[in-house]
Amino acid sequence: MQKRPILLTMLDVVSVIMLAISTYLALFYAPTELVMGDVQRVFYFHIGTAWTALLGFIFAAGAGITYLVTKDLRWDRVGVAAVEVSTVFFLITIMLGSIWAYPAWNTWWTWDPRLTSAAITELIYAAYFMLRQGIDDVEKRARFGAIYTIIGGISAPLTFMSIRWAQSRTIHPVIIGAENATAKGDFSMTPDMLTAFLFALLAFTIIFIDLLWNRIRLESKQSEVDQLKMKVTN
Amino acid sequence: MLLETTPDTSAFMIAGYTVAFVVMGLYVASLFIRNRNLDRDAEMLKTLFEAESSPSSKKEAGKSAKKPAPKKKSVSKKK
Repeated sequence: MQKRPILLTMLDVVSVIMLAISTYLALFYAPTELVMGDVQRVFYFHIGTAWTALLGFIFAAGAGITYLVTKDLRWDRVGVAAVEVSTVFFLITIMLGSIWAYPAWNTWWTWDPRLTSAAITELIYAAYFMLRQGIDDVEKRARFGAIYTIIGGISAPLTFMSIRWAQSRTIHPVIIGAENATAKGDFSMTPDMLTAFLFALLAFTIIFIDLLWNRIRLESKQSEVDQLKMKVTN
Repeated sequence: MLLETTPDTSAFMIAGYTVAFVVMGLYVASLFIRNRNLDRDAEMLKTLFEAESSPSSKKEAGKSAKKPAPKKKSVSKKK
């Protein structure tokens, strides 16, 4: 078994510190939004996790393409790791969005284009794990998984763009880019809010890289254990 | 109508941050547990593999292969 790299341990520590600072900035440093009150503070983690999750899905698609070109199983492990961490982060995004929606929209859930596309994306990646579990052959599983992540990866930019393309049909606020006139719960960011927001993006990016690295190592370890099992049984 | 006071939505904020930390905590715990279990499995499999591939175990395996059914013989002698 490979020894744990010192850089990974350092990244673990940095991630915890970044998460603590980001929480402080979101809860105490950023001012309270006047119309929505304190619930607006979930926005920092909501966007932070959404950003990294969607990037992670695209990264997994990239790993899938690389696997299909190189046939190197290490890229399959990278793809699985990226999808798993991204799915967890995207689940947090959806749950935080729902909690924010109740006081802002007076409902936990509505079939808005953004919410619908986000739910579909999460379900696509939940199904990815079911697909993998159903295939025993390693090469076949990696090939099917790669194709799936490439097709699934299309849902990430679609989810991001859904509130920009369907502005007349969505009530979801657009924070980055043009404002949406029909949005409910929209707000303008003050400089302190912007600081907390940008720091959350950075913090969650670092946390994502840290978790991804840990997850890739876990997948490599699983592969080593599987090889040992084969040796023992033969 | 304009809102005169900011609504108290702190309960939702607390719920949101609790959910975020619980989900992240559970995921980190699952990574830790899976890692620990794999380490255990690897250790056990290595021990098994070394025991099977050691020269003494190979000799024993060879002897047992040459001796056909020793138990039956001893039973018949007793009778």
